[in-house]
Amino acid sequence: MRAPLSLLPLKLEGVIFEARGHRIIKGISTTFKHGLRTIVLGPNGAGKSVLLRLCHGLLEPTAGAITWNSPEVPGGPRKQAMVFQRPVLLRRSALDNVHYALKVGGLPARERHDRAYEALCKVGLEAQADRPARVLSGGEQQRLALARVWALRPEILFLDEPTASLDPGATHEIERVILALHQAGTKIVMVTHNLGQARRLADEIMFLYQGRLLERQPADQFLKNPASSEAARFLEGELPW
Amino acid sequence: MNTFGQSVLRAFELIVHADAELVRTVALSLFVSGSACLWASGFGLAAGAGLAVARFQGLPAVLLLVNTLLALPSVVVGLVVYLLLSRSGPLGSWGILFTPTAMVIAQTILVFPVVAALSRQLVADALREGSDPLRSMGARPFIAALLMLLHARWAVVTVLLTAFGRAIAEVGAVMIVGGNIDGVTRVMTTTIALETSKGDLPLALALGLVLLAIVLAVNAGAYVVKETAQHRYG
Repeated sequence: MRAPLSLLPLKLEGVIFEARGHRIIKGISTTFKHGLRTIVLGPNGAGKSVLLRLCHGLLEPTAGAITWNSPEVPGGPRKQAMVFQRPVLLRRSALDNVHYALKVGGLPARERHDRAYEALCKVGLEAQADRPARVLSGGEQQRLALARVWALRPEILFLDEPTASLDPGATHEIERVILALHQAGTKIVMVTHNLGQARRLADEIMFLYQGRLLERQPADQFLKNPASSEAARFLEGELPW
Repeated sequence: MNTFGQSVLRAFELIVHADAELVRTVALSLFVSGSACLWASGFGLAAGAGLAVARFQGLPAVLLLVNTLLALPSVVVGLVVYLLLSRSGPLGSWGILFTPTAMVIAQTILVFPVVAALSRQLVADALREGSDPLRSMGARPFIAALLMLLHARWAVVTVLLTAFGRAIAEVGAVMIVGGNIDGVTRVMTTTIALETSKGDLPLALALGLVLLAIVLAVNAGAYVVKETAQHRYG
């Protein structure tokens, strides 16, 4: 049997995105490969969330091309996933939420239960499996969203400020799960507003400014010695976050 | 004693004595309006979910039409259904004019826009936040819309209670297509209209109070179910 073709690398070529006559992404070309944890930084309104949504396919670029090495088969199992700032959970038990994600994600019925339970264990929610998802705490809800993702074992995971509304303890838990997912072989692309988090998680950093990709560098280098003056100002907190 | 006092007393008597004829009338009212709501919720929720995610050119016009139909006069619905079902009408061969079935059809048409318009708004609002995550998981737009209905199920209950309220309180449509035949198509509202025109105002008002009491019981039942379930399942 041949191994299934890899989704990655993901290639962006001259991607432009406009909404209501306003150009939000002004021509970005870059490539995402397996491996490194990529953190996307940039001041407010730089287009970080829009870039993630374009990559994930929730938005269509106005111009330019976004191409996967081997695109997902429509109706087949999902190989890419996204976690949002606020998780949207269904009014069912935690386990059923994961179960349902696997169902719409195109996984065969017989594999769903075991995978769902395993994913809950990975994020440390096995004791909450039968509790209604909507009564979980904020941090637990976000971990449940990550369990949904984990169960699908995606090749690439986009995260849009997953810890923005969480306290430090819950944030730490989420970061632990993200690192574990990465260890298990998932490419991580994450937007954050938290420089400390970027330091803890980033292998490389993409810096967006006014819809353009100004820098893409190894994390150490970017944080110590950014190439652009905008990035330097951003790191010193002079640009609006 | 004034008319109001008499009516309240009369309503109390009617309920306590559970007069057989009254019970029959109440049962028919509940059957007709309940069935109409069931049909209308089936079609209306699907239509609402569909309209919430639909993208086509004439969409604003359709939405305007559905919202306008919220104010559909029940007499007009009755008249249209009457013309369709009357012997010389296109559906005259069905022979169902002046039967409870005709009344169910008329009320279904009457409350369908209520369910469709309110549920569309509900789903559209819920999708504003939930659409991206659900699409990200792989749910197609219509499935995502149905999920949002399930998600907002308690608001949906309120929509259905609104539809039920409109159905059970209307008199124009059931009067025209039912004909207010004693023991066959007489419901609460047509009885009230009849007693009013006969001049027995205290009885008419008392029947009105009984009707309200029934709707109150239905709402209270829905409330208890909702509270219990919400408490348990979040």
